[in-house]
Amino acid sequence: MPKDNGIGASPKRREDVRFLTGAGNYTDDINVHGQAHVHFLRADVAHATINSIDTSAAEAMPGVVKIFTGADFAEVGGIPCGWGVTDRHGNPQQEPRHPIIADGTIRHVGEIVAAVVADTLEQARDAAEAIELDLGDKPAVVDMAAALGDGSTKVHEDLTSNLCYDWVFGNDDDAAVQAAFDSAAHVTTLELVNNRLVANPMEPRVAIGEYSRGSDEYTLHTTSQNPHVIRLLMCAFVLGLPEHKVRVVAPDVGGGFGSKIFHYAEEAFCTHAAKACGRAVKWTSTRSEAFISDAHGRDHVTKIELALDADNNFTALRTNTLANMGAYLSTFSTSVPSYLHGTLMAGNYKTPIVQVNVKTVFTNTVPVDAYRGAGRPEATFQLERVIDKAARELGADPIALRRQNFITQFPYETPVALTYDTGDYVATMDKLEQVADVAGFAARRAESEAKGKLRGFGVNCYIEACGIAPSNIVGMLGARAGLYDAATVRVNATGTISVFVGAHSHGQGHETSFPQVVAEMIGIDESMVDIVHGDTGRVPFGMGTYGSRSIAVCGSAMVRATEKIIAKAKKIAAHLMEASDADIELKDGQFTVAGTDKSVAWGDVTLTAYVPHNYPLEELEPGLEETAFYDPANFTYPAGAYACEVEVDPDTGKVSIERFSAADDFGNIINPMIVDGQVHGGLGQGIGQALLENAAYDADGQLLSASFMDYAMPRADDVPFYQVDHSCQTPCTHNPLGVKGCGEAGAIGSPPAVVNAVVDALQSAGKDVTHIDMPLSPARVWAAMNG
Amino acid sequence: MYEFEFEKPSTVAEAVAALADEEAQALGGGQTLIPTLKQRLAMPSKLVSLTGIAGMSGVSGGDGVVSIGGATTHAEVAAAAAGAYPALAALAGQIGDPAVRNRGTIGGSLANNDPAACYPAAALGSGATIMTSTREITADDFFQGLFETALEEGEIITAVRFPVPQKASYQKFLQPASRFALVGVFAAKFTAGVRVAVTGASEEGVFRWNEAEAALDANFAPEALDGLSLDAGGMIADLHGSKEYRAHLVGVMAKRAVAAAG
Repeated sequence: MPKDNGIGASPKRREDVRFLTGAGNYTDDINVHGQAHVHFLRADVAHATINSIDTSAAEAMPGVVKIFTGADFAEVGGIPCGWGVTDRHGNPQQEPRHPIIADGTIRHVGEIVAAVVADTLEQARDAAEAIELDLGDKPAVVDMAAALGDGSTKVHEDLTSNLCYDWVFGNDDDAAVQAAFDSAAHVTTLELVNNRLVANPMEPRVAIGEYSRGSDEYTLHTTSQNPHVIRLLMCAFVLGLPEHKVRVVAPDVGGGFGSKIFHYAEEAFCTHAAKACGRAVKWTSTRSEAFISDAHGRDHVTKIELALDADNNFTALRTNTLANMGAYLSTFSTSVPSYLHGTLMAGNYKTPIVQVNVKTVFTNTVPVDAYRGAGRPEATFQLERVIDKAARELGADPIALRRQNFITQFPYETPVALTYDTGDYVATMDKLEQVADVAGFAARRAESEAKGKLRGFGVNCYIEACGIAPSNIVGMLGARAGLYDAATVRVNATGTISVFVGAHSHGQGHETSFPQVVAEMIGIDESMVDIVHGDTGRVPFGMGTYGSRSIAVCGSAMVRATEKIIAKAKKIAAHLMEASDADIELKDGQFTVAGTDKSVAWGDVTLTAYVPHNYPLEELEPGLEETAFYDPANFTYPAGAYACEVEVDPDTGKVSIERFSAADDFGNIINPMIVDGQVHGGLGQGIGQALLENAAYDADGQLLSASFMDYAMPRADDVPFYQVDHSCQTPCTHNPLGVKGCGEAGAIGSPPAVVNAVVDALQSAGKDVTHIDMPLSPARVWAAMNG
Repeated sequence: MYEFEFEKPSTVAEAVAALADEEAQALGGGQTLIPTLKQRLAMPSKLVSLTGIAGMSGVSGGDGVVSIGGATTHAEVAAAAAGAYPALAALAGQIGDPAVRNRGTIGGSLANNDPAACYPAAALGSGATIMTSTREITADDFFQGLFETALEEGEIITAVRFPVPQKASYQKFLQPASRFALVGVFAAKFTAGVRVAVTGASEEGVFRWNEAEAALDANFAPEALDGLSLDAGGMIADLHGSKEYRAHLVGVMAKRAVAAAG
């Protein structure tokens, strides 16, 4: 009988009632009395010198409140980068100023050149058209390899080159690594592209800045995954405001996928402009703006080499990657191709030597930063593709080759700095073979072939590092923030509970799953527990939601705070029952004295805490509210094995995904239904990357896929019904819930399975195709077949 | 969008009069025009809606002809022409999504002549006649290149008359993002001969594939197209497919259209 309450139950998502009935409160639903609207004039060229901006005609237009240019922000800071990577020579990354409004140079299409604040949005747009720009065009830097070439135009004149950093990780002894390759029985080499993506959450970004002259306080409503981080960065680095005078609220947020982690210029602008204009200032991104101003994801070009001995054991792995930073360093941009990517390059395998080389490159494109998976999909894709290619070259079974090289002893120290605490890759592969019905594939292929279609089977494994992160470790690696989280459990007199959490829910279902944990610990119905999130004015200083960290880090803080609540409540109960608190037990919301029939209910204790008439006031404070901060001891390591079956239409190159199976190990699971949904969503995005999505620039730095007319998002009929299994569970060893995180797994684990399956399908027809770069559009598959 | 006047006349004559203003623009279902206005890519002084004109909407037929009012939505064609001209109804039922099909009109689509639109293939492939406020134009004369038609300023498509073929089918290969036709082929067999119209593929917009028509005149079967190939020169090349790919797809979709026509 499945549970219907607490940990392990699958109550329907309580937040969906308001989302699905139009009662959500998204940032754009918020309108402040007297607000003005800002329209950003954005660059339509990729690289130019701004010789002059004449706003005089625009300022005289109806409704205009104020027009801002780069000069108005010369005295404030730039957008900071939250991670400083040290290069292979011990030097810091090159870090250009990232202005709120372009200050003399345009560096990507979409960069803000001027901001018009007016009574209405249409008036602001009208006035923006009257701004006269005199630009001096410069050559656009788009291709990464060319950007690093001698004599390339520089994106930032004040930097020495377009190289942000040249980084090496793992075994940095080039000669030793080369020796491993020289002595290998077989080396497989693969060059590939991890395609640039646009996150495209359903809700575009919105910001509303308010300033109260009376209290000298600011409020910023914004579409953020982490309001405290935004407040810290904006106050401390950009605007120089005292944090206690600034409240950042991220109400209902319609999806982020990473793109709403970062501190954006528009947030700082609206906050600053609210005071400068004496009015609230609101901005709502259009979808067209989102394409050219939301941080993009991925965009790696990689050469990977895998060395194997005569028995097909992996002996060494070496990668060389160019990673695009775009024109400026977005908040976590430099961590993604380095520590979120290089540390995962061992994958699920006991390869003894791993060397990761990454050069990050400035180009005249939109900044690139974390997108669902953030570095781990890039690592997984190249590793699982090169293993598949090796299997084909060696005539080995791709599953057997993987199994042979699995890590099987835990904890396991990888050559790339991580210590995997637990896992069972054999078990997930066993489960996958069962769920995916590997045995039935031959029959399904025969059926497809009878219809004139090619059928392919692709498999891959993945591991990811979630629950970022132990603050001291990431601090040593260059993080400029702590990565703990926080929760305050406030018990009301009548026993209901509000939990104020630093994590932010924007699709993850925290409002349902977090209360399940507290309800389980106390033994009350979860309807008695609510969480509060997304408001620096209400919640303790937490670091927000990304990297599949919420339940592992913030959930652990919530457990610690709830433990404190229970400990105090037991003392109150002991007083009420005239017993020793060591003898008090809490079960199903009842406090009992061990070995007696005495009991008091949860509600009696909570009422006593706030009406302390019969209360040990000399020993115990009244009230029942506790806060805990939790800094994880290690990352968590979800892992699994995925399988994809495709049909390819040989006449058109069209790929259809017929089956997709996922066997994940997420450790303990709070709400299985929500976990299923997270995996489904991740798989959809991974399949989207593999088959459809592509942010393509032309040589002039114009985004060719700048709308849904050309940027192909996955739709319901592009994906199959998934077989998802998460019954393999090796609980995390170092957090109190034994949880690992499930938000990114689907997006990390699915692209290589898709590509492996398509290559398998084409090779089944005798086509000499070993790789196709994503997205595997019909045109690309057809070209590969007929190349 | 910029400010504009709005008129919704109830007769063709009033519409023509309203469109006499130089900066006036006819508005059908608005599925192309409204997004264009929202992006401030057009600045008409006046929009003249054609959806309130009595008698300009609906499907009627008889004597081997299906006549469709210029303001008829795709959804209505999909439903009302299913008996009289199934291939045309099927085409209409696969344009865009339900929201598009319940707003977009046949007259608007033909007047816009988007190179990736479906209706031009049906009109040209059927040898339809475009009835306007002033005259009749054969489909062969109507389509004149990308977004170009024989329509004069202020001329309104009031109806489209489709001769009903013995058999026909439209087969569309979807552009992955927009789901417009990357290539769409309309093949129709009339007693007078076969017509094959191709959309999505050519830099000149919708066109007839004469070689295929000749081959299918002799034998209306997919294999009749074996060995035929279209010159890739003049095909569209973009993110979603090369010239060669589009030329190849025309052959594939033509065969599928013939096979589906039965």
